[in-house]
Amino acid sequence: MHFDLRKKNLRETNSFLQNIDRKKNQRDFIITNPDGHHAICAGLKNDISVTVKGHTGYYCGGMNQKAKITIEGNAGTGLAENMMSGTIHVKGNVSQSAGATAHGGTIIIDGDASSRCGISMKGVDIIVKGSVGHMSAFMAQSGSLLICGDAGEALGDSVYETNIYIAGKVSNLGADCVEKKMNKFHLKKIDELLKKGNIKKYKANNFKRYGSARKLYNFNIDNVSAY
Amino acid sequence: MKNRNNTTPRKSWTFDEYTNSEIRRAAETGIYDIRGGGSKRKLPHFDDLLFLGASMSRYPLEGYREKCNTKITLGNRFAKKPLELEIPITIAGMSFGALSGPAKEALGRGATLAGTSTTTGDGGMTKEERGQSKNLVYQLLPSRYGMNPDDLRKADAIEVVIGQGAKPGGGGMLLGQKISDRVAEMRNLPKGIDQRSACRHPDWTGPDDLAIKIIELREITEWKVPIFVKIAGARPYYDTALAIKAGADVIVLDGMQGGTAATQEVFIENVGQPTLACIRPAVDALQDLNMHRKVQLIISGGIRNGADVAKAMALGADAVSIGSAAMIALGDNDPKWENEYNKLGSTAGAYDDWHEGKDPAGITTQDPKLMKRFDPIKGGKKLSNYLKVITLEAQTIARACGKNDLHNLEPEDLCALTVEAAAMARVPLAGTSWIPGKNI
Repeated sequence: MHFDLRKKNLRETNSFLQNIDRKKNQRDFIITNPDGHHAICAGLKNDISVTVKGHTGYYCGGMNQKAKITIEGNAGTGLAENMMSGTIHVKGNVSQSAGATAHGGTIIIDGDASSRCGISMKGVDIIVKGSVGHMSAFMAQSGSLLICGDAGEALGDSVYETNIYIAGKVSNLGADCVEKKMNKFHLKKIDELLKKGNIKKYKANNFKRYGSARKLYNFNIDNVSAY
Repeated sequence: MKNRNNTTPRKSWTFDEYTNSEIRRAAETGIYDIRGGGSKRKLPHFDDLLFLGASMSRYPLEGYREKCNTKITLGNRFAKKPLELEIPITIAGMSFGALSGPAKEALGRGATLAGTSTTTGDGGMTKEERGQSKNLVYQLLPSRYGMNPDDLRKADAIEVVIGQGAKPGGGGMLLGQKISDRVAEMRNLPKGIDQRSACRHPDWTGPDDLAIKIIELREITEWKVPIFVKIAGARPYYDTALAIKAGADVIVLDGMQGGTAATQEVFIENVGQPTLACIRPAVDALQDLNMHRKVQLIISGGIRNGADVAKAMALGADAVSIGSAAMIALGDNDPKWENEYNKLGSTAGAYDDWHEGKDPAGITTQDPKLMKRFDPIKGGKKLSNYLKVITLEAQTIARACGKNDLHNLEPEDLCALTVEAAAMARVPLAGTSWIPGKNI
C-alpha cells in the first residue's frame, strides 16, 4: 500500500499505520514525498514494514514498537527516539540525537550520524557505518553502539553500561569513559551487529571497545574536576 | 561577680548558626548538602496578600446555600479529550523511586476521591498508580526513565517537564541507597549507583524544537490527550509565551517553594523566583497572546490551604498544583515519629533527607520495613479529606468576595501587606491605592 504525503496528510497516514487491521493482512507500505515532514511513522506498534522514499524530518519512527522502517534518504533530529523494538534503517545520514533513550530494537545508519548519537540509550543496538559527532553515547545506559568510522569529541561522556565499539579514530573521550578489554563475548556481539548491518568490510577484531570506568557511579568529592 | 565591662556575646548575622553548621558539614564530609523539599527561607508569599471581602460596592454569596463552581477543564486547546476535574487543585509530579509504590498509590486514590488528577514523575508509571488514578498525567522528563509508548497511551494527559521550581536548570539525583531492584529495572540502570536525571532533554533544544516534539507526542497519542508544559519560575513571561507558541495546551508554572526529591541546598535556596513573583508575568504572556483561559495556567510551589488556592486564582491562575502539602497530608514529617526523626539528627517538620531512604513515615523510601508503616488506603483518604477542605476554604473566600465561581476571583479582590508583595502581585498596598511600579 502506498501513501503520498503530498496527497494524504501526516495524521491520516500515521493513524492508518498505527491502527493496522490485522484481518486485511497488509504488511508492506511505502511512503512517498515525505518532504522532511516531522514525526513520520511515530508511534507504530505492529509488525509491519514501511519504506519511506525520501528525506524525513524530526523524530521519524519515534517510540517505534515492532515495525521495520527503511528511510531511503536522510533523517532529521531524534530518529527512533525512545524506540522499544523493531528496526529502523537509514540509507543516508542522520542528524543529532539518533536513537536517544531508545530501549530496544536495532538502528542501522548507512551514512554518518551527527552529535549525541545514542544519547541516554537504554538497550538499543545502534550500527553506524560512517562516523558519529561529538558527545555520542552521552549518559548511555545500556545496549551497544557500533561505529565503523570515527567519533567526535567527548565520546561516551558519563556513560553507564553501554558498550561502544569503534573501528576508526576517537577525537577524545568524555568523563569516565575508558578503553576496555575485548573478550569473546564482545567479539561475538560485534559479529552479530556486523551481520545485522550487512557489513562485510570490517571484522570484529578491527574494533576497540569503550565503556564506563565506573568511577563516577557514586559521588566522590575528589572526582570533582571530572564533572 | 559579673564584670560590668563585658558586653553580651554577639553572634554574627552573616555567620549565623545554620551557616556555620553548613560550613562545618562541608568541611567534614566533602560533599555539598543534598536534601528534599523546596526553599525554606522566608520569601514574599501568599501570606502577604489579603482578600478585601464584600462591602458596600460588592455583595457576598451565602456560604451554605449559593453555589460556587470549582470545576475546571484542562487542555481544550487541541486535545480531543481534555481533562475534566471537579476541583482546580491537582497533585504534582513525584517520582516512583523518590516515593514508595504505596505512597504513589495513595496519591492516586486521594486525587480520584477528590475528583482531580495526579502526576507520575521521573521513574515511569507504576501499575498501582495507574490503577488507582482516574486522571493520571504522565511526565516526559529529560531522563526518560521508564518512558514507554504503552504507558504514554494510557495517560490522560502528558506533561513535558522543562523545569522544576526547586531547581530551574538543574537535573535530579537519586542516590544509590534508594535504588531497589524494582527502581533499577524501571530505570534501566544497575542497582546501587547514583542515578543522575538529566537537566535537559536529549532530543530537543529550544522552543522551536519543542513545538516539533509536541507534534510527535500528539501523533503517537493520536491527538487525544492534552499536552502540558511544566516550567520553573525562572523567566515566567518569556517561558510562558514560548510554551504557548510551542503548542502547549496547559502551562504548569512552579515557583521556588516547589519541592524536589533531592537537590543541592545551594540550588534550592538560590536559583529561581518565588511563586508569588511568577504569576502576573505568566498571566501577562497569556493575555498578550490572547490565550488567557484558552491555554490554562496551573501554579505550584508553596500552596498550603484554600486561601493560597484562592489568591493564586485571583491573580489569574486557572488551577493550582500541590506536592509538599500532599505529602504532609499523607503523613510526611508527622510528629508521631519524633523520636525517629531525632535519631536521624532532625525533627518533625524539618526532616528533608528523603534521598537517604530512611523516612520514618515510610513515604520517601524503598525500604520494605519502613514502607509497611504506610497504608495507601488510609493515606488516600487523608489526602482526599485535605483536598476537599482546602477547596471548601477557597469557596468560602470566593463567596465572601461575591463570586459564584473560583475563576471569577480577580486581583481587585486583593490587597498586599508589604511593598514587595504589592509590587509582585500588582495589587495595592493595604490602606492605599498604591501599586508599586504602576504608572499613576
